[in-house]
Amino acid sequence: MHGYDEGHEGECKPWKGGNHLIRIRQQYRRDAPFTLLFLAPSLAGFLLFFIVPFGAVVYYSVIDNPVNGNFVGLSNYEALWDSGSFRKALVNSLLFAGVSVPLLFAVSLGLSLLLRAKLPFRQSMRTMFLLPLVVPVASVILVWQTLFQWNGAINGLFLAWGMNPVDWMNSNWAFAVMLAVFVWKNAGYNLIVFLAGLSNIPTEQYESASMDGAGPIRAFMHITWPGLAPTSFFVVVMSIVQSFKVFRETYLVAGAYPNDSIYTLQHFMNNMFASLDYPKLTAAAVLLSIVIGVTVYVLFRAERRSREALQ
Amino acid sequence: MTDAMRKSMTAMKLAFLILIALAMLFPVVLTVSNSFMSEEEIGRHYDLLDGGDTAAAGKNVMIRLIPETVTLSQFGEVLLKRPKFLLHFWNSVKLTLPIIAGQAIIGTLAGFAFAKLAFPGRDRLFFVYLLTMLMPFQVTLVPNYLVADKLGFLNSYGAIILPGLFASFGVFLMRQFMASIPDAYLEAIRIDGAGHLRAFIHIALPLAKPGIAALVLLSFVDNWNMVEQPILFLSEPFRQPLSVYLATIAEGARGVAFAASVLYMTPMVLIFLYGEEHLVEGIQMSGIKG
Repeated sequence: MHGYDEGHEGECKPWKGGNHLIRIRQQYRRDAPFTLLFLAPSLAGFLLFFIVPFGAVVYYSVIDNPVNGNFVGLSNYEALWDSGSFRKALVNSLLFAGVSVPLLFAVSLGLSLLLRAKLPFRQSMRTMFLLPLVVPVASVILVWQTLFQWNGAINGLFLAWGMNPVDWMNSNWAFAVMLAVFVWKNAGYNLIVFLAGLSNIPTEQYESASMDGAGPIRAFMHITWPGLAPTSFFVVVMSIVQSFKVFRETYLVAGAYPNDSIYTLQHFMNNMFASLDYPKLTAAAVLLSIVIGVTVYVLFRAERRSREALQ
Repeated sequence: MTDAMRKSMTAMKLAFLILIALAMLFPVVLTVSNSFMSEEEIGRHYDLLDGGDTAAAGKNVMIRLIPETVTLSQFGEVLLKRPKFLLHFWNSVKLTLPIIAGQAIIGTLAGFAFAKLAFPGRDRLFFVYLLTMLMPFQVTLVPNYLVADKLGFLNSYGAIILPGLFASFGVFLMRQFMASIPDAYLEAIRIDGAGHLRAFIHIALPLAKPGIAALVLLSFVDNWNMVEQPILFLSEPFRQPLSVYLATIAEGARGVAFAASVLYMTPMVLIFLYGEEHLVEGIQMSGIKG
């Protein structure tokens, strides 16, 4: 927790706590010039481009507009809530997170459990699963169009099988298409994180469990699942964050005006920006950061509790 | 379980995994293989896509993985006859490289401070960095726009590059790597007041090289793909990076779009294949709590 150079370790007097504090303060003083040197570039930019702007967002969300600057309380939030497109976007974003995160979690955990064993081609398969992460979405738009447009290949198959074609991108199915793109893109990342988490579980635990006659399901419930708790926490947080950022993929696959079912908060905010509706945009930004902040906090707490329960 | 059963289980697992891996690979394979078709062949296969809902039912695009004749004509067309493509490619380079370089330098320095120096409020400040990393770009859109306006950067790459340099992801990842360096290594070289500087240059920096490589890769992945910043901050079409331009090329010039897509993904894929271990290590590091 404290710097690495705890020089006066030797002299441990009875008042350990007091000494400890003095030592930390000495360390602060000694490290101060270096902290300034190392941290200053980052901190300056961080304040200018993230912290001050965030303060400004909160401020803009309670005034009528940046020019007049009259305080209007929560009326921007009320206007925002009354807007039908905001509520649609909010519901869609939450729905997408609610479906995509568990789906992605299950897919990548399943893959990592399969890929954990010693299999031939293990390494090349890992490469193949990771590839979508680095392949720019813009470069495979044509593929999604080829598959999912009205005259696309999937509808061709449907017709050949005597089924009715589906208007994928212009119906609620667009939601499912975006789920597929999301899982395709992000499974590799989570797979790597899960594999690392799995390799941290000592194999002796499995050996002793199997000697006790535990089957694979019991071994998973009692060893793998608890052993993966911290990893799972991280994966869930990162997946939620990614799901709120799915705009990039949606924009590239479905364009600026997608089907209603994939009109997310990010679309809404971009549109508010384009129409210069700063009050609604900033109010939405504040609400979104509260949602993300609360989610992360709740997950943090849950993870800590589960860790304490284990000990 | 008998040996035979175990073997057939493994075979089934393997078959299933290969199937999924091929499905994941499919978009890339289709794009690459179709990039070797002639424009005429692409036209024949894909013109149906423009028909929309009104096109006759029963006529659908077929997926073709093998060109009738293998030709490099699409590539020739893109590289020689479409200066726009190279212009947008160059735009992407101009946006991406400064951000990666800046993130690597700023992130390495700050990562060291967060992992190995003592200052008041350190962990709390790091948590704030973490939170901003999780927020979508749109959250600070308005003030960033106004800041860019004040600094006179609007409609220029500065509006995108400057905030990009300070993205907290770089600091976060480098802090994770720096924290994994044992304190004893640094202790060993610390001699006097200049200790931290020497420890950083001679110990931390060399040991953090894989971390820097991972950051460069992950940042490249992110920024080569950027969409939101350019569509919101750059109004002129000719300034857009390739990521945005390609989304429009698909309709107007499908005949060369596959080759353009391949050229666009090539730098990314080559760097990935070259540095996969670093990328994997970077992802693992991002998942470690510390």
